[in-house]
Amino acid sequence: MVSEATNTLKKSVFWDWMTTVDHKKIAILYLLAGTLFFLKAGLMAVIFRIQLIAPEMEFISGQTFNEFITMHGTLMLFLAVTPIFFAFMNFVVPLQIGARDVAFPFVNALGFWLFFLGGLLLSLSWFFGGAPDAGWTSYVPLASREFGGVGIDFYVLGLQISGFGTLVSGINFIVTIINMRAPGMTMMRLPLFCWTTLLTSILIVFAFTPLAAGLALLMLDRIFDAQFFIPGEGGNVVIWQHIFWIFGHPEVYILVLPAFGMISEVIPAFSKKRLFGYTSMVFAVLIIAFLSFMVWMHHMFTVGIGPIANSIFAISTMTIAVPTGIKIFNWLFTMWGGKLTFNTAMIFAASFVPTFVLGGVTGVMLAMAPVDHLYHDTYFVVAHFHYIIVGGIVLGIFAALFYWYPKMFGHKLNETLGMIMFWLFYIGFHLTFFIQHILGLVGMPRRVYTYLEGQGMDTMNFISTIGAFLMAVAVIILIINIVYSALKSEPVTVDDPWDARTLEWATHTPVPEYNFAQTPQVRSLDPVFYEKIHGNGKMKPAEPLDDIHMPSGSILPFFISLGLFIAGFGFISFHLDLFISPYVLIAIGGIVTFGSMGLRSMQTDHGYHISKETVEEMEKELS
Amino acid sequence: MAENLDQSFEESSMSNEEKRKINREQRIQIIAFAFMIGITILAFLAVGSEQLPGVFTIPFILFLAFVQLILQLYYFMHLKDKDHGWPNSFMISGLVLAAPMVVSLILLIGIVKY
Repeated sequence: MVSEATNTLKKSVFWDWMTTVDHKKIAILYLLAGTLFFLKAGLMAVIFRIQLIAPEMEFISGQTFNEFITMHGTLMLFLAVTPIFFAFMNFVVPLQIGARDVAFPFVNALGFWLFFLGGLLLSLSWFFGGAPDAGWTSYVPLASREFGGVGIDFYVLGLQISGFGTLVSGINFIVTIINMRAPGMTMMRLPLFCWTTLLTSILIVFAFTPLAAGLALLMLDRIFDAQFFIPGEGGNVVIWQHIFWIFGHPEVYILVLPAFGMISEVIPAFSKKRLFGYTSMVFAVLIIAFLSFMVWMHHMFTVGIGPIANSIFAISTMTIAVPTGIKIFNWLFTMWGGKLTFNTAMIFAASFVPTFVLGGVTGVMLAMAPVDHLYHDTYFVVAHFHYIIVGGIVLGIFAALFYWYPKMFGHKLNETLGMIMFWLFYIGFHLTFFIQHILGLVGMPRRVYTYLEGQGMDTMNFISTIGAFLMAVAVIILIINIVYSALKSEPVTVDDPWDARTLEWATHTPVPEYNFAQTPQVRSLDPVFYEKIHGNGKMKPAEPLDDIHMPSGSILPFFISLGLFIAGFGFISFHLDLFISPYVLIAIGGIVTFGSMGLRSMQTDHGYHISKETVEEMEKELS
Repeated sequence: MAENLDQSFEESSMSNEEKRKINREQRIQIIAFAFMIGITILAFLAVGSEQLPGVFTIPFILFLAFVQLILQLYYFMHLKDKDHGWPNSFMISGLVLAAPMVVSLILLIGIVKY
């Protein structure tokens, strides 16, 4: 937690967090909200794994099972992993490029509140006739107004609102990384996490727009009786699949690229070597980002688009293995001959590499269009993407959490508990998902809430569920660790507890409100390491010490989002029997949103200055 | 600073060099605008006249649209100017990513209905 000493304006704690535009506080908000959604989605997974522990279980009904798998996927992708990444991006990127804040602090806060209230709107569905149940892909006609329940409306509106939040945050990061770099921080000196953040943001801008369009079409279909996806009235259901996967495939890379970046920060730091093949790493991410838009049809091999289209997309999919392979070898060569320290962060990062390779191998297997007819909609696919998402992304997140925790919260996480958690999680993960490859190959279909006895699936499902329990225990241990460390662990007072390499470790711990008293002069890739070897260990300033201009906080982002939340609920309530007319809710929401926007346009707010004396005082206190 | 914003200036603070540049820019904008109106009229004429066959009209107006797009982006939206490397690369990558999608969707949904 950013301590009191680093705050120059005195506000009540609640008001401070509601109105904050500071990227470090927004990062913590993102982390908290993302973790809540992560726990919720994880709990659902445990419950439906219990349902699958034995044949013909009746722990939950088929309907609840469908709602759980839909919400598990939707929450994990849109509302857990993406915000947790945004947490680290928000915290780390401005520090790594030597900036005082992101380019648009107000938009940053708006992005958070839109995401959070959108997620809340989606979660409200539990109280109004059941959650969405058409799978996270929400294919029509299952999700059309004829067959889909009111849950789908919550899916459409909730994701639309939280999607806006993700979109504006993405734009914000692009502008930040392009315009706010410290002197000397050229593009080819940018830490790899910043590169992957930049590319992720570009993918968000290019991919979330089709999603917004698709969701708008589905909303028109469901609420205003349009017929885009109704074949009987001249629509076409396959258009939804195209639109969804034009978004959906880049979405996978939106999730995995930041994890690549995190691993590329953690591995060099604990190998005491610079990242092997930095340039090839940058170009590999660029190529992956580009190719991610050229492969969407591999999700639709069984739709019947014909052999030529299938072959083209099969080959373009396999091409992605090449840049990914380059990255894998670069990580291995970074560790090769390095002075390795295997603490929790590093062991998560190192175990990412082989696990991700396993996910990649099954990815290439799935890319082969002819065999895909066998794998399609079986647990093989489930095993594949969980190897990417849990074995790749979640391991990356844990590595990043242990690595950046001292900078974010001023103390380290407990190593012993961390190691216990790692082994439980790692064993549990492989136990859960490796066996699902085989389950898929013997023909267990995904998204079916039970199975019959004597089909050779009983033991494997049992093992899989035990693995899920182990993962749940590991996450509980992480929570215990967070509480335990907050109470017991020694506060970190040095700037650079890991003896790391990049610019974020040149700031004080806790990071003052203005990040850098003087903007640093960057002289090399891995600037802190360079100064340790060639300088006196401190960054050279690029400007004299002066008053620091800061943006002032604002409650308006919250109200803009709240208005959209109310209006979104109004649109949904066309299908609900409420005591209040939908039009009233939409009007209230619209007035709140556009009123807040008008207020923002009217008010002149030039921010405030932290005086030179205060800065000097704080610098003395912190060093 | 903010309280002086609505005060008017006695004379422009631009140098003669800058004024020349602005004038030149204005001339270019007007010429480009006139030219764009011209090709729009041409497109209408091509579609409206009964004599021209469809095989000619369709590629012809698509070509005009392409010229229009380039003019719009590079002259009106200033992509030709200095320090527009990033907007340029974003615009081009957007086009490069969207074009194959549009083409493949036309081919698949328009013809095979999938």
